[in-house]
Amino acid sequence: MAGLGGGLAAFGRCTHAVVRALPESLCRQALRSVAGPEVDFARAEREYQLYVGVLRGKLGLQVLELPADESLPDCVFVEDVAVVCEETALLTRPGAPSRRKEVEAMKRALESLNLNIVEMVDENATLDGGDVLFTGREFFVGLSRRTNQRGAEILADTFKDYAVSTVPVHDSLHLKSFCSMAGPNLIAIGSSEAAQKALKTMQQMSDHRYDKLTVPDDAAANCIYLNVPSKGHVLLHRAPEEFPDSAKVFEKLKDHMLIPIAATELAKVDGSLTCCSVLINKASE
Amino acid sequence: MTTEVGSETEVKKDSEQLGPDKAKDKPEETSGTPGDQKSRETSSGEAQDSSVPAPTSQSSPSSQKKEKSSPESKGISRFLPPWLKKQKSYTLAEPRDEPKKKATGEEQVVEESESQALEGVAQPRRSLEEATENRQNDKEKHSVSSAEIQPSKEDGKETEVEEVAEKKEETQEEKEKRETKEVQTAEIKIDSIPKKSPKKIKTVQCKVMLLDGTEYSCDLEKRAKGQVLFDKVCEHLNLLEKDYFGLLFYENSEQKNWLDSSKEIKRQIRSLPWIFTFNVKFYPPDPSQLTEDITRYFLCLQLRQDIVSGRLPCSFVTHALLGSYTLQAELGDHDPGEHSSDYISEFQFAPNQTQEMEEKVAELHKTHRGLTPAQADSQFLENAKRLSMYGVDLHHAKDSEGVDIMLGVCANGLLIYKDRLRINRFAWPKILKISYKRSNFYIKVRPAELEQFESTIGFKLPNHRAAKRLWKVCVEHHTFFRLLSPEQPPKAKFLTLGSKFRYSGRTQAQTRQASNLIDRPAPYFERTSSKRVSRSLDGAPMGISDQSLLRDFSATGGQAAGDKIIDLEAAGQAKLKDGGREEDESPLKTPQLELTQDGKISSLRVDGENIYVRHSNLMLEDLDKTQDDLLKHQASISELKRNFMESTPEPRPNEWEKRRITPLSLQTQGSSHETLDIVEEKKQAEFGIEETLVVDETNKGKMQVATDAGETCKVEHVSQKDSSSLPSDSSSSSSSSESEDEEVGEYHPHHRAIEEVIREEQEEEEDMKRKEHEEKTQHVEAIPEGSKLNVPVEHTQVTAEDLVQDNTVTVATEEKNLSEQIKQDVGEEKKEEQLKLNGDVSHVDIDVAPQLICCSEPPVVKTEMVTISDATQRTEISTKEIPIVQTETKTITYESSQLDGNAAGDAGVLVSAQTITSESISTTTTTHITKMVKGGVSETRIEKRIVITGDADIDHDEALAQAIKEAKEQHPDMSVTRVVVHKETELAEEDED
Repeated sequence: MAGLGGGLAAFGRCTHAVVRALPESLCRQALRSVAGPEVDFARAEREYQLYVGVLRGKLGLQVLELPADESLPDCVFVEDVAVVCEETALLTRPGAPSRRKEVEAMKRALESLNLNIVEMVDENATLDGGDVLFTGREFFVGLSRRTNQRGAEILADTFKDYAVSTVPVHDSLHLKSFCSMAGPNLIAIGSSEAAQKALKTMQQMSDHRYDKLTVPDDAAANCIYLNVPSKGHVLLHRAPEEFPDSAKVFEKLKDHMLIPIAATELAKVDGSLTCCSVLINKASE
Repeated sequence: MTTEVGSETEVKKDSEQLGPDKAKDKPEETSGTPGDQKSRETSSGEAQDSSVPAPTSQSSPSSQKKEKSSPESKGISRFLPPWLKKQKSYTLAEPRDEPKKKATGEEQVVEESESQALEGVAQPRRSLEEATENRQNDKEKHSVSSAEIQPSKEDGKETEVEEVAEKKEETQEEKEKRETKEVQTAEIKIDSIPKKSPKKIKTVQCKVMLLDGTEYSCDLEKRAKGQVLFDKVCEHLNLLEKDYFGLLFYENSEQKNWLDSSKEIKRQIRSLPWIFTFNVKFYPPDPSQLTEDITRYFLCLQLRQDIVSGRLPCSFVTHALLGSYTLQAELGDHDPGEHSSDYISEFQFAPNQTQEMEEKVAELHKTHRGLTPAQADSQFLENAKRLSMYGVDLHHAKDSEGVDIMLGVCANGLLIYKDRLRINRFAWPKILKISYKRSNFYIKVRPAELEQFESTIGFKLPNHRAAKRLWKVCVEHHTFFRLLSPEQPPKAKFLTLGSKFRYSGRTQAQTRQASNLIDRPAPYFERTSSKRVSRSLDGAPMGISDQSLLRDFSATGGQAAGDKIIDLEAAGQAKLKDGGREEDESPLKTPQLELTQDGKISSLRVDGENIYVRHSNLMLEDLDKTQDDLLKHQASISELKRNFMESTPEPRPNEWEKRRITPLSLQTQGSSHETLDIVEEKKQAEFGIEETLVVDETNKGKMQVATDAGETCKVEHVSQKDSSSLPSDSSSSSSSSESEDEEVGEYHPHHRAIEEVIREEQEEEEDMKRKEHEEKTQHVEAIPEGSKLNVPVEHTQVTAEDLVQDNTVTVATEEKNLSEQIKQDVGEEKKEEQLKLNGDVSHVDIDVAPQLICCSEPPVVKTEMVTISDATQRTEISTKEIPIVQTETKTITYESSQLDGNAAGDAGVLVSAQTITSESISTTTTTHITKMVKGGVSETRIEKRIVITGDADIDHDEALAQAIKEAKEQHPDMSVTRVVVHKETELAEEDED
């Protein structure tokens, strides 16, 4: 039994992933921060399939795929409805009222994995998982349009072992719209002023010194780091076709196995890589 | 004897009672004193009453005793160090006087407060006895009477001061009352040092609640200092690495105070009962670096308390995991036969322990099979130390908008929480100054990247005491975790002692070094089942927090004071399981084992005998490491190793990282890193050649300039942060006094600049550029140019500039306020401080004789900003890897009143001395010593010492020539007075052994 996240060695370990198929309603009804071209559903689905295929096939995770729900256009973005750390899962109360029902299916899935489940019942609290950055040592919670102080407090109550620091997020949808973990102790961060400012805040708040990997594009800073027993450091990042400059930065990571994945369609509705899965590390079955 | 008392009392009264009262007072006194003092002393009382500050009048009493208090002896006494001056004598008469003086109500009050203070504080009995004896037979007179002379002088001084105060500030009655009290107690305290009376020593019984729930009691001399008790407790516990621990006393259930080792217990606890709690004071960030298992054991006990009480929040899983290690440590391997299903219920692991949790604990316990108690403790600590609230000392406060927040002081700095969320954090390197004023607590932080000015952030504490408590905790944590110890003891001592309140113990660096020298077989100790819950009491778990209960229990049986202490819970609950405990090392069966099995007595300490035990593998490793360290005389190899191991692979750990006390992960921020690495490489195969260059400069009047500039600054600063705060209040405080009246405190945390400078290099650089202008204009001369040195040094200079600025600011304020200060307050605080300082200063050898300081009359001895960031001890550790970049900044500021025209010390009073050292390949030490040479003219002597250290590749002659040249360019008016070349080639070799 690894205590307290097992330290850095265990960071990125993952045995299971929960994903959810995308509904067709996503194309027209999904929330989006900026108006733009319509989502090409077929292409979005291909990208999604590729994503799931990598998790399941290439990385050997057990993937639980929840069925799409047409009444929940954003339901593919499962990250927002649950925060899982070690054996505990916090079911969130998403900031967008239209998404609150997404939690139900997630709850069932997580229950099936025997996690300790905590539900956010406080009606004043909102929290999107996309605002939660877990570094392996502590949590940063972006205070955004979707996440409020009370939501962050409940998260802190749920994961008592860890420091939970709040980071104001203004110009983006979520904290993780411009950053994520790209390795143990390594924060990938976008170049925008807002991203850099948020990083500064995080650095100030932390007792730890993180390394940073600055990529030119904010959206490309959202990547998925996994520590896969047979493959070592694995990094899923946005494809070079989407963000050529940022991809070059990722390519400098010598120790990482790099897997480029495009998310062009979901990106139109503020989606990115981390949004589409909840990663879980079950120590023992 | 009594004479002095009488007179002193009067003086105080005088100060209380303004003008007209005085006359009335005199007769009063006269009539009062004779009663108990056989009228012989009356004259002296009168003389003093006349409120002429002349010390001569006061010495009259002593003439009565056959001793001569010739004027010259008086004169000399002025120069005597205070501890010689102050001898016993006062007051014991007071109780007697009291009833008789019914004169004015005011008077009465004073009397009362005095006698109270006296009784409380010291040992009235002793001097009382002396007094009596004196009267009866003159046999003893010898020592006593000689002692008497000096006190009278002291009184004289006080009189003076108070007189001044009186004239200028007549309204401060209440304050002065307290002053009076404080002064006296201070004197008494000092008294206690020199005289060890063989006569009955009055002792007090104290009780100390230990971490395992037992109670230790002992008798202490009433005037004993905190250290005495603390040492006793540690001895009882057989604890050597004691610097992490401390004794607490509770004002109420909420307010805990750390007993200051360097001060009398009595003065700290006042009227509280002599009951203390032994606790961890500084939580080691990496417990695996503790040398002894017994130390880790006590830390475990503390953490278990913290967890059960809820102070250290944990998740369910962590509760279970930590609980399982506790079981393993205390019960050993899970034994299905012996450990029935509910064996766990007797332990408490969490504030709200559930059946589910107990099951989980049991499940995990089974997986720890084979772990020795020591290993289980280590595992416990490895997990506990990662908890975010590990070692965080929380204080309630409000922010500037009145929102409830918590301030958490920890090894790395100050954390700000709102509810459970961390909303800000100020690492020690960020903090320039910590201060408090009334119930406000302030931190002054370095400017952020895009800002130009430092900002001061204020927090509102519930009350003044809370603010002060927080401030002290900050000062102590900063010192303990951030500062190393200086290598040169005299300087260090000077700095330490001359300061305001400072942490007086060892720093973590020092204690680590010391504990590397621990050379004893691992002591035997028994792990008690301290955590067992007695749930029988209204279902409420009897946590450690409930100390009254514990006390009651142990009061019955805990007297023993020996090594065997009845286990509380055993006595109270008879719930212990036989053989349930695991002795530390199994192979040895000793008599103590029987005790264990009997289950009723837990003996932490085995009568003086150490049992040699073979250790488990884990412990063997530790042991080897220790020996290794010993052999190599290396201060902290293990630390280095550890940091090495913890660092991420890619960045090469640089020296600063390795030296860093807390095992933070590495930072890899581009450029600075490269620079460092280069240096590091250069340093390989280093052997030292030192070339010293001393440049002298005499600079008259410069101090004034700087001062003025600083003053402006300070004013701005004040108005910015707190418009209500009068400058006169902001005398930097002297926290060495325990007095509660102390309104303000300041502390300038100097960081080991090395570290932070590097870490915050980028920021720093920008800051520097911005700030350079303003600051340089003020301090041009004072600041050694750093530009020629390499990058890190340059930053060091920036830091130094900051420091200089701060320093100046303070001086300025003080000067400006001097008159106010004197009239207005503070006599009490100041005097007390002065007394202490005077006592301390004598240890120092610096070119200003301590006596001079003593004589400056209404002396305000201030010391500012002590920073010792000295890595020299570490430099010897691993010559191969160390790039030497050191920064040392020491600043001492003394202040003498400008009002005292008659100061005997015409020779000058040390106003400030500061040393700024930065070291790369060459070390530049600039020492400024500013003396007040009368009438406000100051003389500044700048000693700049450049030490060039490097390997063979450096052309030392050239480097020296260059250094001289540069020094001359910088300070055209300086002259080179000394060049010392000192070759040292053994350093490297020695280290290689």
